[in-house]
Amino acid sequence: MKLIDSYVFLEKLRDLIYSLLELRDRAKESGYWVSEATPLVRYGFVSMLKGGVIMDVTNVQQAEIAEDAGAVGVMVLDKLPYDVRVSGGVARTADLKVVQEVMNAITIPVSAKCRIGHYEEARLLEEIGVDLIDESEVLTPVDEKAHINKWLFRTPFVNGARSLPEALRRIYEGASMIRTKGEAGTGNVAEAVKHMKAVNRDIAMLRGFYLDRDYEAIWVYAKENKVPYELALLTAKLGRLPVINFAAGGIATPADAALMRWLGADGVFVGSGIFKSKDPVNRARAIVLATTFYDDPETVVEAQKMVSEKDAMMGIDIRTLKPEQLLQVRGD
Amino acid sequence: MVRVGILALQGDFLEHFEVLRDLGVEAVYVKKPKDLENIDVLIIPGGESTTIGSLIQYAGLAPAITRFAEEGKPILGTCAGAILLAKKVVDRVVGETGQFTLGLMNIAVVRNAFGRQNQSFEAVVSIEGVGEVRVAFIRAPVISEAWPPTKIIGYVNHPALGKVGAAAVQNNLMALTFHPEITGDKKIYEYLITLAKK
Repeated sequence: MKLIDSYVFLEKLRDLIYSLLELRDRAKESGYWVSEATPLVRYGFVSMLKGGVIMDVTNVQQAEIAEDAGAVGVMVLDKLPYDVRVSGGVARTADLKVVQEVMNAITIPVSAKCRIGHYEEARLLEEIGVDLIDESEVLTPVDEKAHINKWLFRTPFVNGARSLPEALRRIYEGASMIRTKGEAGTGNVAEAVKHMKAVNRDIAMLRGFYLDRDYEAIWVYAKENKVPYELALLTAKLGRLPVINFAAGGIATPADAALMRWLGADGVFVGSGIFKSKDPVNRARAIVLATTFYDDPETVVEAQKMVSEKDAMMGIDIRTLKPEQLLQVRGD
Repeated sequence: MVRVGILALQGDFLEHFEVLRDLGVEAVYVKKPKDLENIDVLIIPGGESTTIGSLIQYAGLAPAITRFAEEGKPILGTCAGAILLAKKVVDRVVGETGQFTLGLMNIAVVRNAFGRQNQSFEAVVSIEGVGEVRVAFIRAPVISEAWPPTKIIGYVNHPALGKVGAAAVQNNLMALTFHPEITGDKKIYEYLITLAKK
């Protein structure tokens, strides 16, 4: 390519930009100025979920229980994470028919999972119109190296992260929302706590650098952790994750949910915790109450009393899992 | 000095809080009936209307908010907030939702009227008494009907649906089907503050 070719290219680019601006002005004059599915409405949509609970469901009946309990959304799966663990094999996206049935039955947002790096599953989910796509480590990854370029989609994406650098890389790839990875399907909230605290500590450190005007330290952090400097700086300025951050992976009781909110999660995903328990209706409602009123101990007590520990999902001690059984290490 | 309360049960209450902070207005979160005692304006934010509705019931906030409205203090509902203020609610796909609402305003709304999240959009809306605002419609409802004393004061011109109701007022109550807080347009808030000072 010659230098002069780049001049021609830039010239064309300018023409393109100007014609777009003209188009916008004309649209404005005619009274139509509607730009659909912009990044802003994607981030905005996720903002509306704040303070809420998104519940994993496998069919319409469970989705209706979730809606009645006051969930802000459901995540449709073929198998709950616990069952994915037990059954083994390859875990893929849910039946599109089931997803559509759920979409037609309830009024709250419907999300679904696609495999890490599986563009086509994501496209299918976008095509049928799910509100949020989870590029999830619970399903078997198809790309060991790269995640989906989420800027190419109209639908917002949520990604799991164990640390701040991982979260910022996902945001750089276009994720509109982050969740902790935790260790899905275990009923053990320990890993989610670990990941949330790791994120918080890094943010506090970056914030400190920023307040000290130590931009060099932010630069070094970005370099060492393989994240774009701009995003590290943005996080430092903001003093929190630049997008909404939910807790996920192992939340099984109202107290778990309140704990994660107290640690700074904007909301929670509950996977196997509800529909692998023996009291899903009460548990769903109790987790919603504990998530909203996490800062009011009286209400959390009331919520915790709505469920019995005897009915909670059995759970798995993470130390008994073999390294290859860990889901959280998928997609760094 | 006007104090604004933001219903902080679920949804984007933080975004409202930050716009008010930028304007230099004192804002507090409302989670319990007693939080309504020392505020002059109430904002019901966006979020999931079914969730916020069920939490309003749980917290016993409904009678307190109704009394607040009857005292003539301004209430602004955005998106889910507008749904919660409405007397009649249907969903475009599901139909009758049978959900709880405060039912303070004489309006009928259609939930998710523009479609799902992929059909969410940004637009400029012109509102009587406020002017042009750039706002976001996120899984937004439309105001399909308003009867006296309520008036529709803003419409959005949508390529698929045509001109549909986006803003309504009823004395001290205001329902917006969109989010001024997501784009940070301050005109609505300035209008609300003047309303509170009257």
